[in-house]
Amino acid sequence: MKRLAIILLLLAAPAAQAAPPNAGVVTGLAQGKALFAANCARCHGPRGEGIRDQGPKLDDAGALSADFYLRTGYMPLDDPHSQPWRSRVLFSERELRALVGYVASLGHGPPIPSPQWRRASVPAGFELFRDHCAGCHQIVAEGGIVTGARVPALGEATPRQVAEAVRVGPYLMPSFSTKAITPAQLNDIVAYVQSTKHPDDRGGWGIGHLGPWPEGMVTWLLAASVLVAICLVFARRSRA
Amino acid sequence: MSRVKDFMISGAVLLLGRRRTSGTPAGAEDRIVPVGSPERRAENLVLVLFGLVTLCGAAFIVLYALDRVGHGTQWLGLALGAAFALLMLACVVIARRLVVTEELAEPYPEPQHPAAQGEIAQIVEESGSRFTRRRLVTLAGTGALVTLGLAALTPAASLGPVLDSSQLARSPWRRGRRLVDGSGRPIAARDIEQESFYTAYPEGGDREQLGAPVVVVRVEKGVVAYSKICTHAGCAIALYRKPTFPDTQPKPALVCPCHYSTFDPADGGKVLFGPAGRPLPQLPLVVDGDGNLRAAGNFTSPPGPSYASVRRSEAHT
Repeated sequence: MKRLAIILLLLAAPAAQAAPPNAGVVTGLAQGKALFAANCARCHGPRGEGIRDQGPKLDDAGALSADFYLRTGYMPLDDPHSQPWRSRVLFSERELRALVGYVASLGHGPPIPSPQWRRASVPAGFELFRDHCAGCHQIVAEGGIVTGARVPALGEATPRQVAEAVRVGPYLMPSFSTKAITPAQLNDIVAYVQSTKHPDDRGGWGIGHLGPWPEGMVTWLLAASVLVAICLVFARRSRA
Repeated sequence: MSRVKDFMISGAVLLLGRRRTSGTPAGAEDRIVPVGSPERRAENLVLVLFGLVTLCGAAFIVLYALDRVGHGTQWLGLALGAAFALLMLACVVIARRLVVTEELAEPYPEPQHPAAQGEIAQIVEESGSRFTRRRLVTLAGTGALVTLGLAALTPAASLGPVLDSSQLARSPWRRGRRLVDGSGRPIAARDIEQESFYTAYPEGGDREQLGAPVVVVRVEKGVVAYSKICTHAGCAIALYRKPTFPDTQPKPALVCPCHYSTFDPADGGKVLFGPAGRPLPQLPLVVDGDGNLRAAGNFTSPPGPSYASVRRSEAHT
């Protein structure tokens, strides 16, 4: 009987999977609904049905999208026409869980992924990242621009957020289904992104993480200007 | 080993020999350079500088041997750079304050033997008396040299097709050829999702060819394929801009990462932004009985970067 109750609770709030099931789930849903009405409904509609030219419907967003957008600080967005950007998370952990749970309860969207990247292959992830991600995010995940938008660097993205973003495709990013990038491949990509956070910069400061030549360029520039300055001093002295 | 020994012996002879010559003072009347007053301070400075150079050089060796110091490369560079800088300073001090210098003024020599010079000019002039058709020979010689120069420039023609640009418009695509993914599997039309983008190649074709790779996306009207090579400078179209919420976000576009040429996949690859001068070549598609994508013909225009006559040429196999 107790087990049945827990299953029922889980069905009621698929998003609460990440949290241990407890009696707070139902009240969490109510809290989530209130938070949604206060922070999200203006653009996404009172029941997440979406508002034209304001915000998309959320029935199939699921816990995955909600977790991604809220924990990166992408949402709430001040102006629906501006690009969401990583910023301070406005909600407490409890409020986040309640909101994610409420958005998940709106439809049958995907759950929060938990990438198993620690044993995944970094070389395989490198090749996948090169083929699918590096066009915009650059090969060392330092970000860049695309016409009409900035491309974020991935230094602050947690493994879970990387896995979520691949499926969500936030803003102008394409999204990749489990057919396009399998969960195993996604683990490899996450492993590669993690490896770019602590790159092995042999022999140097790793300007741009592009190998030794950016440092060489900087050194040459500095050395050349010093030499020019010395030459100028000599020329002036000998003229005097 | 014997070579090292030779070096040591010759070095010792050099040092000792020098000491001997400097040991015998020359008489005042034999000197070329006058005696300068001793500069103890400058000499000391040079000694200190040389000592520092030695220290820096030794530091380089020690740092190299240790190999585990943090920021090793920077320290190595610093040691070597400081050594050279100090050596330069020492040289400057020696040159400016220690070496005795004197200026010798000497009049520029008058032109000597004007008669002899005139004679040489006359010899040169008269040596050509055997030539009866001087202008013709001069012309022939000039022609030979000019032709040789042109011959040396001819290989430059291999840098690009000057007269026949048709090979640039070659493409491995032809009617009925299947589209395959990176691992050679055929691509089913229903697997192409609206949110994503795919790279495809001609089945059995040479993938290294410029026209081989195509990018496949699903737009509202259906699945479309374009050459993956930008029409500006030939980079790979690696970016696909896909709005999550089209109401408030820029519309879908294929973007080249090199100079941000932006193409509209829903409108025949039209250029929306950037330096590209012509639309992306589109590959017409059909779906075969198994639901797989096949080419319905060749590209609508030559694939690859643009060149002078590109608008007049057509893609061919």
